[in-house]
Amino acid sequence: MTAKRIVAAKRDHHLSDLSFLLVQALNGLASASSLFIIAAGLTIVFGVTRIVNFAHGSFYMLGAYFGVTLIPRLLDVSSSFPMFLAGVLAAALGVGLIGVAMELVLLRRIYKVPELFQLLATFGVVLAVQDLVLKIWGPLDILGPRAPGLRGAVDILGHRFPSYELFLIAMGPLVLGALWLLMHKTRFGVLVRAATQDREMVGALGVNQALLFTGALFLGAALAGLGGALQTPKLAANPHMDISVIAEAFVVTVVGGMGSVPGAFLAALLIAELQAFGILIFPKITLVLVFLLMALVLVVRPWGLMGRPEAGQARVVLPEGIVRLQRFGRAEHVAVAAAGVILLALPLVGDAYAIKVAIEVLAFALAAFSLNFLIGVGGIVSFGHAAYFGLGAYAAGLMVTRLGLPMEPALIAAPVIAGLGAALFGFFVVRLTGIYLAMLTLAFAQIVYAVAFQWVEVTGGDNGVVGVWPSRWAGGRTTYYYLALVVVAAAVVLLRRGIYAPFGYTLRAARDSAVRADAIGIDVRTHRWLAFTIAGAAAGLAGGLFAFSKGSIDPTLISIPMSVDFLVMTLLGGVQTVVGPLVGAAAFHSIRDLLMPLTDYWRLLLGLAIIAIVLAFPRGIVGGALLLRSRLGWDDAVARARARTPA
Amino acid sequence: MYARMQLRRTFLATVAAAGLVASVAGLASAPAMAQGQPVKIGELNSYSRFAAFAVPYRNGMQLAQEEINAKGGVLGGRKLEIVFRDDGSTPGDAVRVAEELLTRENVSFLAGTFLSNVGLAVADFANQKKTLFIATEPLTDAITMGAGNRYTFRVRPSTYMQTKMLVEAVKAKGVKKWAIVAPNYEYGQSAAANFKKLIKVATPDAEIVGEQFPALGKIDAGATVAALESLKPDGIFNVLFGADLTTFVREGNTRGLFEKRTVASLLTGEPEYLIPLGEETPEGWIVTGYPWDQITDAPHKAFIDAYRAKFNDTPRLGSFLGYSVGYMMRDLLEKAGSTDTEKLIATLKGDFKFTSVAGPVAIRALDQQSTMGAWVGETTKQGKAGAMKNWKYEDGAKYLFPEAEVKAARKE
Amino acid sequence: MSLLAAEGLDKSFGGVVAARNVTFAVEAGKLLAIIGPNGAGKSTIFNMVGGQLRPDAGRVMLAGHDITGLAPRRIWRLGVGRTFQVAQTFVSMTVAENVQMALISRHGRTRAWWPDASGLYREEAIALLDRVGMSANAERPSSELAYGDVKRVELAVALAGAPKLLLMDEPTAGMAPKERAQLMELVHGIARERGLGVLFTEHDMDAVFAHADDIIVLVRGEIIAAGRPDEVRANARVREVYLGGSGGADGGPARTSATAG
Repeated sequence: MTAKRIVAAKRDHHLSDLSFLLVQALNGLASASSLFIIAAGLTIVFGVTRIVNFAHGSFYMLGAYFGVTLIPRLLDVSSSFPMFLAGVLAAALGVGLIGVAMELVLLRRIYKVPELFQLLATFGVVLAVQDLVLKIWGPLDILGPRAPGLRGAVDILGHRFPSYELFLIAMGPLVLGALWLLMHKTRFGVLVRAATQDREMVGALGVNQALLFTGALFLGAALAGLGGALQTPKLAANPHMDISVIAEAFVVTVVGGMGSVPGAFLAALLIAELQAFGILIFPKITLVLVFLLMALVLVVRPWGLMGRPEAGQARVVLPEGIVRLQRFGRAEHVAVAAAGVILLALPLVGDAYAIKVAIEVLAFALAAFSLNFLIGVGGIVSFGHAAYFGLGAYAAGLMVTRLGLPMEPALIAAPVIAGLGAALFGFFVVRLTGIYLAMLTLAFAQIVYAVAFQWVEVTGGDNGVVGVWPSRWAGGRTTYYYLALVVVAAAVVLLRRGIYAPFGYTLRAARDSAVRADAIGIDVRTHRWLAFTIAGAAAGLAGGLFAFSKGSIDPTLISIPMSVDFLVMTLLGGVQTVVGPLVGAAAFHSIRDLLMPLTDYWRLLLGLAIIAIVLAFPRGIVGGALLLRSRLGWDDAVARARARTPA
Repeated sequence: MYARMQLRRTFLATVAAAGLVASVAGLASAPAMAQGQPVKIGELNSYSRFAAFAVPYRNGMQLAQEEINAKGGVLGGRKLEIVFRDDGSTPGDAVRVAEELLTRENVSFLAGTFLSNVGLAVADFANQKKTLFIATEPLTDAITMGAGNRYTFRVRPSTYMQTKMLVEAVKAKGVKKWAIVAPNYEYGQSAAANFKKLIKVATPDAEIVGEQFPALGKIDAGATVAALESLKPDGIFNVLFGADLTTFVREGNTRGLFEKRTVASLLTGEPEYLIPLGEETPEGWIVTGYPWDQITDAPHKAFIDAYRAKFNDTPRLGSFLGYSVGYMMRDLLEKAGSTDTEKLIATLKGDFKFTSVAGPVAIRALDQQSTMGAWVGETTKQGKAGAMKNWKYEDGAKYLFPEAEVKAARKE
Repeated sequence: MSLLAAEGLDKSFGGVVAARNVTFAVEAGKLLAIIGPNGAGKSTIFNMVGGQLRPDAGRVMLAGHDITGLAPRRIWRLGVGRTFQVAQTFVSMTVAENVQMALISRHGRTRAWWPDASGLYREEAIALLDRVGMSANAERPSSELAYGDVKRVELAVALAGAPKLLLMDEPTAGMAPKERAQLMELVHGIARERGLGVLFTEHDMDAVFAHADDIIVLVRGEIIAAGRPDEVRANARVREVYLGGSGGADGGPARTSATAG
């Protein structure tokens, strides 16, 4: 107690030291510059192409690796600041070219497919680049040389402040200025701005869109590379830096307003200063601060600080989700029956491990299905669905381990608690649309994650809680498998029912045209809110089942990668179909399980597999199968028509 | 043209579909039963995500495996076969991989894991499946304390042990005002908690003037260093590692944070972390680590030479650990004379000792923790590279948790 | 008591006045047209009546009830159906399903989880489609329809709420002249047979003068003239401000702007 008071007193002391506060503000500025340069690239690429580019973090990482490779060689030639700068610029340029390559080889082929699939492709790139970096540069961190001329520190009010950081502080506004000139004084820049405001308009004006997109990717990637290369005198290039920067870059972009470069500058400043001063008061706040800020900003200003409502929002376009609600024909019924038989017979033909994997696939399938209930039917793209999966897992796990209750009530509590969480967050989420909505779901998921991570007494912190095992009667692997099968099948049938019922139609109506839905008496927000709650509850049920199959809970169940996995499963299967996500979950989990034992570089193979699937089936696996079937004339309608034709 | 593109699409689709079918078929196929000859051990670790540590570890273990098999294997001529798997770096993946090792590969027992939460999940899994699990790398105290179980034994000296070694080493300096900087996750927090507890015992009038917990892998080094500086501590206890550490050290060097201050730092002397520091290596930090370049005693030197010859790389602490665990496996199997889980556990609990190149290592039955020690010394710069000086090998036996604390914590 | 009465509506957007003291009334069974050049504030008035915008001042009364500032969905429940300037349909549904959706909403069953929606209120929907001449297209995806047909579907959707009042924002925009006449004919017929009040805006003067019972003329948010078509046609100020120098009431210049808008 006394110790705590002493610490508090000390903090008050250093908080009242003005010169220290000034230095801390400068520290914030230096971080802000770095953050802004990276986020500016992301926001430009999004503005022009509307692609949520997960690979932006990879560009940043490549910039750092190029930097630590090139700069020392150049400094060997002549150890001077211009040489250092040349190295930084060369790294940025190199990354820019990689951005161009990604545009030409990958993105260009998929501009016509729904935007979400482009996101999926960029995620494949992230995985592949991670392993390529490991392969090329090895696993050890590589610290770049200090910048000649800026090796030391200058004295600021009695504090030593690194001169390189003063240089960084200047770089932020410099890049902002350069971008302003580019955007306002060049034809390319004007087109970029026009495309940011209204993408279709540029298409209509007959601008060479392909070239514009290539240019935007070059600029965006080069900025990320610049950000990475500029970090090398401070931060060792390491194979984890892509992930560590991407979430923050997204937060800056969203808080500033997607597509707004000055907005990104403002947001970076805000976030970095908050961070610099936040740690003085709450040293453990580092995990969640930026996401708290983002949630707050989005609740108050749904389009970010300097963003604008999406241009052309009222325009009538085909949605990304389910367009033609397919009904089961004879082929589908046969397929479902066959799948049912296989699932029922699995314990007879498969070994123990196959059953184990199948249990996980079942849990993921339900989570992915519930996610597509939001995306495919409701048009609500959640980047944070793992929050509800995790809430369910934690609710079940903590009831069993902390309260000593058996599995049965815990499995009932899982969807209830997750549903309540979804209802709470959903209340705010459904007020937004599009990418802002997605980022708010991400922020809420990250807040849940931080609570699970930091509330050690209850949740066990990042170690989690072990000992989450099923009741004795369900403890056998086969029994638990059948339990999971029954529960998941029931939940999926029920959710699917909802899609074909008036509720599902209402959701689709609200997605297709919120204005029209409102004008025929539909309370759009309430229905979306209900859908969000129901999907959250279903994901929670999946989480509960998963926890009992693993025997433990921990924050990775709530983490961003888990949310991304659900998204990948859903998209792989196809958001435009009802059963696609089930297939997607099975495919993704099986592919990963197949690749992991083969090689340390399974991420590379997984990434390439995802890219290949996006290219081969731009509408997901099931969407692709349906398309193939209609091409081959196997449609039921065709079949019926043939049957009617007299022989 | 269009038709050709369609054709190609269709072809790709077919290929991908075939892949899917194959993967599903793979799921269903029963594994060949491993009968008789080799003794299989399942080793799962973060070979992909934490390759800097885990790959040298695997190398060391493979070296031991080769040597053991060249000398006639185990259990009367059977080959030792270690099956290596990536644990995916998440508890969920790791438990699945452990299951695969047990059911498909029919391994006799499990070993490995790097991250604490992964180690704990696999430990509980082992408990549930009544299988031996040798947790080689995770440092969390929980695995031998609150979350300990009779199937799990830990090899590496824990957070507590290594912190205690550092506290002993700085005791003589009598530093009173300490600041702590640690990554914001369990390892960092429990190291900080241990330090607070132990330093009070070692230096009764010591006080902790402040703490910083940057997010793992995301340190805002300038702000963190300035925050620490403003606390005006006389000593700093550092738990940062990896990229956070290099960034922190360079920033601290530039800003003079470490000047005239005592710094105690966990793991910093390990080559994994010294190599990236290079020229930036601070002078005189008191660290735990692995001064392989200065080790001269014969068996250890022989290992180092063999390792360098085989892998054309210098050994890391992970290499030493992996090599040691390889021999631990052999000694365990030989002494138990069987691969039966209960016999293996009885052996480990019955005054078990194995020889490592750093000296004999025992297992304390009470908390199932090995007495493997660590090298404690000071950091220094040799040319452009970091190194350790004034080091000595501290036997872990002296630094184990007090027995009363173990008895209170373990729920058996 | 009028079916719809707008009383002194004001609305401005950041200093730009879109409506100033706008007062008018729509009687059951009558068609009231709002005309005016682009930017005169027609859509603003529409959106204030429909609930999409809340007026800064003034009231909107529906059959004696104050509906000012109510949400569109509540206004719809009180008996106001509307169509939009840019037609809004549920593009992922068939034509029939679009109408069924409105009927599901009217019967308060949007939260129902059980019956298959595709069979609900189907006959009623087909009957409504029949009335607007679209029953032959009932099974087509609404995204595949020609624009004129989309407008008809929208009309059927609006009628599905059994409205007392129809709001139609430029019902014939983007249509060929022949289609326009047919659609206005249709609306007029429906209004008469069901006793609906219709409030519509229109650029096509032929449509306005052939079908409106009353016309109000809006310029920069203010009503400059109101009355029967012949009165408006004769109004000097309207001729001066709105029809410009060309004189003819056939609306030549206005039609030009309609194609642009």
